[in-house]
Amino acid sequence: MFNQLKTAVSMTLILTLITGFIYPMLVTVLAQTFFPSQASGSLIIKNKNISGSKLIGQNFTSDKYFHSRPSESNYDGTKSGGSNLGPTSKKLIDKIISTAKGLEKENPNISPPADLITASGSGLDPHISIAGAEFQIPRVAIARGISEGALHKLVVEHIEKRQFGILGELRVNVLTLNLALDNFYSK
Amino acid sequence: MNLNGILQIILYFFVILLLIKPIGLYMTRVFNKEKTFFDPILCPIEKLVYKLSGVNSKEEQNWLEYAKSLILFNLIGVVVLYSILRFQNILPFNPTKSDSISPDLAFNIAASFTSNTNWQSYVPEGTISYFTEMLGLTVQNFLSAATGIAMAIAFIRALAREQSNTIGNFWIDLVRSTLWVLLPLSFIFSMIFVFEGIPQNLKPYVHARTIEGKIQILPQGPIASRESIKAIGTNGGGILNANSAHPYENPSPLTNFLQLIAIFLIGAALTNTFGRMVKDERQGWVLFTAMGILFLFGVFASYYFESLGNPLLKDFAKINMEGKEVRFGILGSVLYAIVTTAASCGAVNSMHSSFLPISGMMPLINIMLGEIIIGGVGVGLSGMFLFAIIAVFIAGLMVGRTPEYLGKKIETKEIKMSVLAVLILPLCVHCFSAFACTTPWGVRGPLNMGPHGFSEIIYAFSSASGNNGSAFAGLNANSFFYNLTTGLAMLIGRFLIIVPTLAIAGSLVRKKLVPPSSGTLPTTGLTFVFYLILVIITVGGLVYFPALSLGPIVEHFLMISGKVF
Repeated sequence: MFNQLKTAVSMTLILTLITGFIYPMLVTVLAQTFFPSQASGSLIIKNKNISGSKLIGQNFTSDKYFHSRPSESNYDGTKSGGSNLGPTSKKLIDKIISTAKGLEKENPNISPPADLITASGSGLDPHISIAGAEFQIPRVAIARGISEGALHKLVVEHIEKRQFGILGELRVNVLTLNLALDNFYSK
Repeated sequence: MNLNGILQIILYFFVILLLIKPIGLYMTRVFNKEKTFFDPILCPIEKLVYKLSGVNSKEEQNWLEYAKSLILFNLIGVVVLYSILRFQNILPFNPTKSDSISPDLAFNIAASFTSNTNWQSYVPEGTISYFTEMLGLTVQNFLSAATGIAMAIAFIRALAREQSNTIGNFWIDLVRSTLWVLLPLSFIFSMIFVFEGIPQNLKPYVHARTIEGKIQILPQGPIASRESIKAIGTNGGGILNANSAHPYENPSPLTNFLQLIAIFLIGAALTNTFGRMVKDERQGWVLFTAMGILFLFGVFASYYFESLGNPLLKDFAKINMEGKEVRFGILGSVLYAIVTTAASCGAVNSMHSSFLPISGMMPLINIMLGEIIIGGVGVGLSGMFLFAIIAVFIAGLMVGRTPEYLGKKIETKEIKMSVLAVLILPLCVHCFSAFACTTPWGVRGPLNMGPHGFSEIIYAFSSASGNNGSAFAGLNANSFFYNLTTGLAMLIGRFLIIVPTLAIAGSLVRKKLVPPSSGTLPTTGLTFVFYLILVIITVGGLVYFPALSLGPIVEHFLMISGKVF
């Protein structure tokens, strides 16, 4: 029995060293060497200031920007997660309907697409659907005093395609779209 | 449902099919100690490991010794992980200044990660230090997966050998699973993951100033290196709270697809390893076909119902995007939910709790069936063996003949042990859920009201007992009551199934092989596939029908009739 225990303990220690230290450290070193930007969180650095990560959604409230999806955590990076409300939850139904009604005022011509009125799973979804971007064009156009056609063109340029033509859904990264807005048209 | 969605399902299934034979062959060579590509690097390491830990690599164990080694090793794993969690505040690699974890939560996490469940009742961001992340959680992601693979290999040996006493050596199977199978795969997947954007560093959390001038804290850490083993070892525990819905854990449709591949890879390939080791590959394909049919049924059923949208919101939201990410869409979310529960993984890329009732029930059913559709690495295949044994037994009863499986006579002992192992899961699920529903501590848990609240409880105990780890995550599970009960359910659901399974292996390995006669039920061919599926549904599934009726099924009808809670 003592021999068994000795084997079990030393096996635990050795395998811990291999899988818990050598393996992640090796991956870290190689990742930082070959893909330093991705390995450090795909950060966007502007004038020595970190303005976010291109993978992580941000909260936009100004009319001059395209808005992200509703977020359960209000885009707090330390509290990722969804609402977890079920399909018969009164709270969920009320929340979605009131968000939809609020958005209808902004663009009475079309009804808001589903992604703009529902909270994402992560609370940090960086994307909206193409319809979600198109829906917001009139508001941004008025706030910035630029033509809807120009915005439409910008949105089309920022569409992320399905990977290999099949994986995932068509989408627009809100943060990179807004950064492009600021670049092309001064604030 | 749309064409692109269906094409993604077909592509996924096709890639898995392509990988089964090469990986299956590779694992056969690894566990038969034949030559492999990695031998020049790994054999010296292996020798050193045995030397340092005093393992005689020539020696084999009978089932009882094998089981003792396995239990002892996992027990030490629990103790070590518990200690790391309690003392992480004074250990190094803690730039986020994570505090010591309370005893009940530390017990829950230790039980969760050693039992391959990865149920998480805590928010990892700011709670788990990088030390714990690497030397605690990553380690158990490897070792619990290796334990599962070892058990399956031992069982396969029992079926392949004749009149032997031993079923292999646990330490050797453990080391070979880790070094030859899990480490190389994890390494390859990690590097692709980093390339696609999953962070891998030891830096403190980043404080970003957003475009609108607000502060956003971005969590960092050794994420990619655990993301890969999380999927490959069917562990599923998130490095961040939103798990694979988080853009840092799953930034692109490609990483999503690769995670799905990784989750099924070893479990599916083991069916081929099994076929090769018993010298009849068809036996493996039969089990895989049964798994595949059940899997595709779950995917299409779930995809169909989820695509219908919520009738309560038909004037507002055409599709149900609550709890889902735009980059994955409906299909990417539904496929992930089915794969992760078929395979006992438990990673999620969308919030299952916000699925529509029937599409949310399909993942639950996958867990309740015992996760034999591919299943957790190793344990899924062993679970399938138990159902195959029960199936040939029932067939034997019908014709009045002693049943055989792969030429081994199935007798009283095997049947008793199989039924015991198969019944542990429903027993655990029902007793713990009933207990939670009748005590104030349990009832305090659910977030949603009405039948959905009940679904949260039944999902929690199915997930814990079945060692899955996904959740209807509205449930506030980080309470003393739920930490204790789910922690116990995880340990019972893991080890009280492993021990009888190994006992069956120990009894089968001693038997001689009977040549098939005209009265033998052939266990190859489509007839057996459908018969096996029937047995899985009647023996493993029907027992849950009352509970499902009270949860998702009644919720579905109430939703159609316009009722909200």
